[in-house]
Amino acid sequence: MTATATAPPAITHSQSHRVRASSVFLALLRRDVRVARKEIVFFLVRTTMQPLLFVVVFGYLLPKMNFVQAGYQTALLPGILAVSLSLSAIQSVALPMVQDFGWTKEIEDRLLAPVSTQLIAGEKIVAGMLQGVIAAAFVLPLARLVMGPISGFTFSHVGELVAIVVLGSFAFSSLGMWLGTAIAPQQIGLMFSVIIAPMLFFGCAYYPWRGLDAVPIMKYVVLVNPMVYIAEGMRGALTPDVPHMPLPVVGIALVIISVFFWKLGMRSFYKRAIG
Amino acid sequence: MSAIETRSLRKVYPAPAAPKRRGRSGAPPGMGPPPVPTGAATMPRGEIVALDSLDLEVRDGEFFGLLGPNGAGKTTTIGILTTRVTPTSGSAVVGGADVATQAVRVRQRIGVVPQRPNPDRSLNAIENLLFHAAYFGIPASASQPRANQLLEQLGISDKAYAKVDEMSGGQQQRLMIARALIHEPQVIFLDEPTVGLDPQTRLSLWDILRELHADGRTIVMTTHYMEEADKLCDRIAIVDRGQLLELDTPEALKERAPGGTLVEMSLSGDASAVIDAVRAVDGVLRVEAQGQLLRVFSDRGGRVISPVIQTTEDRGVSVTNISLTEPSLETLFVSRTGRKLD
Repeated sequence: MTATATAPPAITHSQSHRVRASSVFLALLRRDVRVARKEIVFFLVRTTMQPLLFVVVFGYLLPKMNFVQAGYQTALLPGILAVSLSLSAIQSVALPMVQDFGWTKEIEDRLLAPVSTQLIAGEKIVAGMLQGVIAAAFVLPLARLVMGPISGFTFSHVGELVAIVVLGSFAFSSLGMWLGTAIAPQQIGLMFSVIIAPMLFFGCAYYPWRGLDAVPIMKYVVLVNPMVYIAEGMRGALTPDVPHMPLPVVGIALVIISVFFWKLGMRSFYKRAIG
Repeated sequence: MSAIETRSLRKVYPAPAAPKRRGRSGAPPGMGPPPVPTGAATMPRGEIVALDSLDLEVRDGEFFGLLGPNGAGKTTTIGILTTRVTPTSGSAVVGGADVATQAVRVRQRIGVVPQRPNPDRSLNAIENLLFHAAYFGIPASASQPRANQLLEQLGISDKAYAKVDEMSGGQQQRLMIARALIHEPQVIFLDEPTVGLDPQTRLSLWDILRELHADGRTIVMTTHYMEEADKLCDRIAIVDRGQLLELDTPEALKERAPGGTLVEMSLSGDASAVIDAVRAVDGVLRVEAQGQLLRVFSDRGGRVISPVIQTTEDRGVSVTNISLTEPSLETLFVSRTGRKLD
């Protein structure tokens, strides 16, 4: 230990000025981006492997074998994007939360930042949304490559697409916040088998909701699943010719789901953060 | 001016949840494991009183020690003062801001060194400092030179770009001190900063703390090491079971300690049966009985041991264990609480 005679350069900044919440928010976001960049390969493998394997089997192999009808790929692609977006939004928040609040209490340095606890949680949700969008953007060209040209696929409804992506990623990022702060670390594996897996398979991601006309009970039961709305919203925005739920209905449902998960997530985060 | 003032501060934790445990939501966050307040009073419904009406005043620039056994309420006190735990009732003001209503302003003025190092493991050592500074609105141009200097000062500049997992416990603890200082806080809180450190690292941490104090910073440190409190602190608050027992300078506290050497004896039978006889032994100043434990304060050091043993054995009670403690904060603590510190 060397005790230097000179005093460290003093920073009077933090005491004399009130720190702007926006600059703290950006610093928190910069931290998450820095960490995500270091782990980008693991992140993409973790969140896009499952949807990409689905693309290979259901979007390439089965059509090649003539096991699925023509046009199935058109219904599948928006669902695959919805899965990529929501799965990675959930994981990008839930997994760090489990670690941060776990044994090491790593989140402590951020909880001591001079901003409200809600802002710290809010930043985490925004970081999750960004990662959700990145995952979906990564999957899209690969899926297109594997499946070949998709008839009826269009980017002409940009406004609707942006709204669905923002609302959907927000809802699932908030869900991730809730799951990551409410579930005990040792039960996080259970989260995937009990919550995520049924959500994927009954989320109308791999088949359109209107297809469930064939099984009326299922058609109404699946409405409790938030995945349904983002998958149907993606169809409405990207492949409007495939029969889908009306976009206004999707929008209203996503807003309600977002508010619900946001409240749950914030409450749970606050409970963990402040004793 | 006082840096910290608490009034009737009280914290009651709800009864621990029944077997069904969901996460650790009942645990106070932040400062390491929940202070399972072994010494704290338990309420009828199983509620745990971690703090019971604590009044404290810490002066500006003071090195203030909170001394007490595990579960005394020290960590809860630090948790409240650092805005990480909500008090059940009472008030606390840190650096002129109220912890309950002005938490953001309090956070701006404090630096915290936790009991167990909790660096951001996704970042390297210097990134931990630079990002922490950024959370306080300090641009990299200002925080970079200061971070380098702090790492130098704390003797870990060779680890600046190391992953925190590659640093030893002592190095991580120094990193936590650097982190607590990077934003130039008015008040620094250290929760048992030397627990688990080897003696050499502990001594070098003491040097660092003395330097910080010499710089004029207010330091609040919890510890259950008497020596640490004695050597470093301007004033010491002795707390136990969530209550303040004594508050004074180490010198004044030691003067207040019951005179003489403390001889503690474990007996084979009830100690109260022999208390009167032992009191009559030459050189015995005071005697206390607690179950099978006999506490003898002697002004003749250990020379009373032999006659005291003789006295108890004459009454059919044998001595199974003996320990001697010189007059110190420890003897004061034992006489005030009826138990040892650790």
